[in-house]
Amino acid sequence: MGPRLHGDDYMVGANAAMLMMVVKRMLIAVPSLIGVVIVTFLLTRALPGDPAAYFAGPAATNEAIEQIRVKLGLDRPLYVQFIRYVGDLARGDLGNSLTTGQPVGYEIKTRLPASAELTLLGLMVSMAIAVPLGILAATRPNSVIDHVCRVVSTAGVSLPVFFTGLILIYVFYYLLGWAPAPLGRLDVFFSPPPHVTGFYLVDSLIAGDGEVFFSSLKQLVLPALTLGIFSLAPIARMTRASMLAVLASDFVRTARASGLTPFTVIVTYAFRNAMLPVITTLGMVFSFLLGANVLVEKVFAWPGIGSFAVEALIASDFAPLQGFVLTMAVMYVVLNLLIDVLYGLIDPRVRIEA
Amino acid sequence: MKRREFLKSMTALAAGGVLPAAPAIWSPAKAQSRQETLLIVSESGPNNIDIHGVGTNVPGYEVSWNCYDRLISHEMKTLPNGVQYYDRDKFRLELADDMKVGDMSVTFKLKKNAVFQDGTPVTAKDVKWSLDRAVTVGGFPTFQMGAGSLTKPEQFVVVDDNTVRVDFLRKDRLTLPDLAVIVPAIYNSELVKKHANEKDPWGLEYTKQNTAGSGAYRVVSWNAGTEVILERNDKWVGGPPPKVRRIVWRMVPSAGNRRALLERGDADISYDLPNKDFVELKDLGKLNIVSTPYSNGIQYIGMNVKNPPFDNLKVRQAVAYAIPYQKIMDAVLFGLAKPMFGAPAESPTEVAWPQPHKYNTDIAKAKALLAEAGYPNGFETTLSFDLGFAGVNEPLCVLTQESLAQIGIKCTINKIPGATWRTELNKKVLPLYTNVFSGWLDYPEYFFIWCYHGKNSIFNTMSYQSKELDALIDGAVTAAAEGDKTAYDKDVKGFVDLAYADIPRIPLYQPFVNVAMQKNVSGYQYWFHRRLDYRALVKG
Repeated sequence: MGPRLHGDDYMVGANAAMLMMVVKRMLIAVPSLIGVVIVTFLLTRALPGDPAAYFAGPAATNEAIEQIRVKLGLDRPLYVQFIRYVGDLARGDLGNSLTTGQPVGYEIKTRLPASAELTLLGLMVSMAIAVPLGILAATRPNSVIDHVCRVVSTAGVSLPVFFTGLILIYVFYYLLGWAPAPLGRLDVFFSPPPHVTGFYLVDSLIAGDGEVFFSSLKQLVLPALTLGIFSLAPIARMTRASMLAVLASDFVRTARASGLTPFTVIVTYAFRNAMLPVITTLGMVFSFLLGANVLVEKVFAWPGIGSFAVEALIASDFAPLQGFVLTMAVMYVVLNLLIDVLYGLIDPRVRIEA
Repeated sequence: MKRREFLKSMTALAAGGVLPAAPAIWSPAKAQSRQETLLIVSESGPNNIDIHGVGTNVPGYEVSWNCYDRLISHEMKTLPNGVQYYDRDKFRLELADDMKVGDMSVTFKLKKNAVFQDGTPVTAKDVKWSLDRAVTVGGFPTFQMGAGSLTKPEQFVVVDDNTVRVDFLRKDRLTLPDLAVIVPAIYNSELVKKHANEKDPWGLEYTKQNTAGSGAYRVVSWNAGTEVILERNDKWVGGPPPKVRRIVWRMVPSAGNRRALLERGDADISYDLPNKDFVELKDLGKLNIVSTPYSNGIQYIGMNVKNPPFDNLKVRQAVAYAIPYQKIMDAVLFGLAKPMFGAPAESPTEVAWPQPHKYNTDIAKAKALLAEAGYPNGFETTLSFDLGFAGVNEPLCVLTQESLAQIGIKCTINKIPGATWRTELNKKVLPLYTNVFSGWLDYPEYFFIWCYHGKNSIFNTMSYQSKELDALIDGAVTAAAEGDKTAYDKDVKGFVDLAYADIPRIPLYQPFVNVAMQKNVSGYQYWFHRRLDYRALVKG
């Protein structure tokens, strides 16, 4: 039972080492962020669309388009635009979105929690189904449950999310009438809870408003399920593979030989040791879902960051695109950092290698 | 943190997450508020709630229309199918109490009891400031004002606190109607000025987010891309008090969901659904479906007449005989459009626009014309369309492609994203394309000035040049200003005939504005801007 034998004294040195690692990782992230800023700036400028023509509207003259171009500062040379962009960025100003008319920073601040809440819940749904399924499949390889696990996860990943979403709406809203209208985060007749975290579930609890809590929970069920079904595959497969490897190892055999119950062996000993690759997968799946829930947001009229970015892309709206990519880049960096820290807590062996 | 503690706390957290949260205290049903609230769903929402703003989109116009007053508006008339339709020729006084049209000016007296939403009275000063703003801010509003010969602040004169005069730059029949479009809205000048600064002298940043008018509704909450909530302004004097207290306008990007919301009875109104859905909803009979042709609007196939092969009249005629008109009507539009083709050969040209042309699908004739033009084996070209309206444009272009292939014209379909479409169209190099044009002001000469006149506005997408046609258009404009009906009729017939003989663009149909409503919603009015007027809507 290797990993459980380390003493607590070891932890003091380990904490300092971990801090070092965190700092090191953050420094490594700086060049990539600079790269992201430059590349997104150039890429958005390389888009074929002309925002001035788009926003001048269907009845504008060339003169009107030119006026808008000047107002947007798009008549200036590229390097001047870039210097201005970096200058604004340094002051924390991400610019204004033309499609929604709001500052990008504000949009991201209000929309990110919507996406994050949905994605987290989707991930929880996915874990709640995939992890037990993976464990069961691993304990009985090639049995019926193993095949069920294979079929469910393959089906989940092969159905496009918008399709799953529309089917769920069709069945549970249109035909059965169980689910609420797919109208975003809250029923039309409720107003959002006072802003604390931006997560309606959390904020409504803080405000002690049960009605809003249940309303937003009801709105979340179908989209979270859609996302959950989509992300079943990697989690279930990873759990199964990792459990199979651990179950075949010596310490599990020893535990079994010592007469421990199968439950204790599987959950207490085997699963904890199999968690590491699952956590890695979770991190990947989370960041992947955050980007991939664009379609779910479209289907459920969810005011998230994904649908915001797509709308901006269609309109060649530079500022929100740059802001979106930058936010995503920062989130990836933070998320990966967090996962590395989690590793250390779950499995001390990782710290030795670090 | 230690590993064991961490694992334990994670388990505790997970367990906590599973436990049911605080008990719900259900308030009594909100039936009352539902009854007084109208839920509108549409694909996209405003990006600015002031039509004077930079790049305000069309949904933004809808907010402006309902939250601001103009001096004058239009009366309604009832179409044979029972639809309320704005009357182009009859004005209704909105903020004005009295309108006196003189030879070279028009004088308005304001309603004495008219107040802005914050309670300050509407004065002639506000009117002048607002009209000055419209002709000065640039971009679309200034352009639209110019269409009615309203271009200079000097044209707007404060006579006294309650009276304002608009001087005409020249005699122009479009000046008065142009004062009744969305742009010349009247703003609370003192309120907006408070939020103006040197960089933003007209306070555009403030009105982008806030309504500062005297209109029937005001925006109480706007969450861009998600929803707009409007509440009735009970101090409104511009017309009969609206029935609906609260408007909730939600953006639902998926058309399938909008339909589901309507069918389940959750949404009250939606107006941008695919034609197929509208036809099916009509057949189901659970909802009220109103279809009205776009006023002064046409979907057409355009050809660039500057370059070969479409500089050749016979080629253009060949194309006009090779378009699968009826197939487009049936398979693309499901009948929800007004045909603009195949008028009987002997029917006289009318003094009206749009009106159908006399071309019909006749492949043999098209082949013969193409051979006469010197292309017996056809040629290759590209057929472009705007992906932003792919639902109609794509099948339309595929059908056209198939049909043109029969006479030897091989088209490659070129899909252009919405953001680039206008830029590409502006370059005027697309050889063959489909597009829609519709004018707010419903006058034949207005359409022709933009789409056919040799001054080559951006809507003359064909780069068509004809001295003869220009003379007829100019003649009609002058005749209209002078009230010379005989000359006007002659010129209008003349330019319609010439445009159809020379056929640089081939009209296909007049699109429909389709609105689906619950059975208990009534009072829909068709306006030139094709958006909803909340003031007349009734629920229950």
